[in-house]
Amino acid sequence: MSTVATPAPAPRRRRRRGTKLQRRQTRIGWILLLPSLAVVGFVALYPLGKTVYQSFTNQEFLAGIEPTKWVGLENYRTLWHDTIFRDAVWLTVKFTLITVSFEFALGLIIALVVNSSFKGRGAMRAVMLVPWAIPTVVAAKMWQWMLDDVFGVINDILMKLHIISHPHAWISDPATSLAAVSAVDIWKTTPFVALLLLAGLQVIPRDLYEAASVDGANQLQQFWRITLPLLLPAILVTLVFRTLDALRVFDVFFVFFGNRQDTQTMAVYAQSTIVGDGHVGYGAAVSVAIFLIISLFAVIYMVFMRVTEE
Amino acid sequence: MSTAAETEAARAPARPVSRSRAFRRTPVGRAVVKIPLWILIAAIFVYALFPFYWALRSAFMPANELFTTPIKYFPTDPTWANFREVLNSSFFRRALLNSTIVAGSVTLISLAIGSLAAYALGRFHFHGRTFVLYLMLSMTIFPQIAILGALYTMISNFHLYDKLGALILTYLIFTLPFTVWVLTSFMRALPGELEEAAYVDGATPLQVFYKVLLPLIAPGLVTTGLLAFIAAWNEYLYAVSFIQTPSHYTVPVAITSFTSPGGNAFQIPWGQIMAATVIVTLPLILATLILQKRILGGLTAGAVKG
Repeated sequence: MSTVATPAPAPRRRRRRGTKLQRRQTRIGWILLLPSLAVVGFVALYPLGKTVYQSFTNQEFLAGIEPTKWVGLENYRTLWHDTIFRDAVWLTVKFTLITVSFEFALGLIIALVVNSSFKGRGAMRAVMLVPWAIPTVVAAKMWQWMLDDVFGVINDILMKLHIISHPHAWISDPATSLAAVSAVDIWKTTPFVALLLLAGLQVIPRDLYEAASVDGANQLQQFWRITLPLLLPAILVTLVFRTLDALRVFDVFFVFFGNRQDTQTMAVYAQSTIVGDGHVGYGAAVSVAIFLIISLFAVIYMVFMRVTEE
Repeated sequence: MSTAAETEAARAPARPVSRSRAFRRTPVGRAVVKIPLWILIAAIFVYALFPFYWALRSAFMPANELFTTPIKYFPTDPTWANFREVLNSSFFRRALLNSTIVAGSVTLISLAIGSLAAYALGRFHFHGRTFVLYLMLSMTIFPQIAILGALYTMISNFHLYDKLGALILTYLIFTLPFTVWVLTSFMRALPGELEEAAYVDGATPLQVFYKVLLPLIAPGLVTTGLLAFIAAWNEYLYAVSFIQTPSHYTVPVAITSFTSPGGNAFQIPWGQIMAATVIVTLPLILATLILQKRILGGLTAGAVKG
């Protein structure tokens, strides 16, 4: 706790007055926190508890269909055999693997480029913030239009380059729909990943590279021996945030496919179960499962990070 | 990337140098070495900006030009018609207003109560402080989908369903913890002397907060506020779940529900959709460009996606 306290008196005086000051600080501290804690409790923690409770009931959104009653683990039993949910989990994991690895690889290249000195570096960094700032829904719409099978520019460019011979329906063809939706996410998020990595690159001291080149290390060796190890903390933080973010993806998929069954992510499935079908109880079980899956990834990452820190 | 090579070449003039190194030292050579870098830079620019160009190009095209093959890369006959139609539709204007109300209220509430919390977390020592900090941090990665069902029933119990209040309330889930977390780091960075002087003069903690600390973290408030505003402005999951009436739509929902004014269900009005995306994106881009240095600082301080 290296934070600055309120007036910092001499150590001796503080010990004598310690308890009183301490108590005063504690009281004021909690009073100041109260509104925020109340809001977080009311809109996040209480609903989380309520969701867990609902997952053990057969609650429906439209009351009157059936009185809500406790059904024990039945929802979870159904969920275990629910192949639609299983497909949704698998699709989400695939999407996460694809997007996070592309975003990381491209983001690292971009960060290294921007980190080198050239005219217009500031402009470049500004340009990189732009895809990040726009709504995901807007990005999805822009790409949906670019990927249009008849009037889309992507088909046109690919045909001009002779990569494909006929226009392709990227979004509606199940074979390419995941690639199409990943392209949007990669476009929107890579610059953000690059900015986080760039922040990590900029704290690496320059003289390390100078010393290394005096010792005759070439650029590739410098990258592997200096840049990558020193960038590791930034890399890990970036990967954690990106993974947790990709696992809860909703916007792009929903805009592209609605709740088309072969292209549902976990979040789309939960949303359409709860809001579309009104099955609040079963949807709550789906939500709890999603929460556990995401927490599992978070824990794996934390353990992994602690291991690498040692 | 080539800077290391340059410094290397500059640093070792006494050593016998190979011919390629000697070449790299000439002005022409230096430029040649930089060519791959410039190609990469150009590629990144095009990749990041092309979709915007395409939206602009489509927004300025009349429908008969937009829906023809082979497709054109520049509008030969640019028109404001799409923009005019979008801005004339009360549906879209309403959505802009709704989004402004929702994102504005959420941002103000988050800043108002979040800055108090940040004051406590950043400037006071007390039991349970670390716990609250961790709670806020974990809330910033909280998956919103996990509580959708519970919020859905809560909102309908409070008779907030289909009302903007539902969004203002629920968006606090992601804006408030983020605000607290980032503002705490701003609070912590302040030196203690000013506060001390104020206490010596007999100021109360609340006076210290309003008169001393708040003006000092004003830049932090602007940055954090902007990030919270963008997050609320862009939100889609709750907006599409809790709102039903088109006149209560926020911008992201409105953009996905454009239909042809002529009632032709089979032709999506892409020209208008693209005009709408340009309209909602422009202010965000401007704000980001003006405040880019601060945003970068705020983002890396929080290391959180807004």
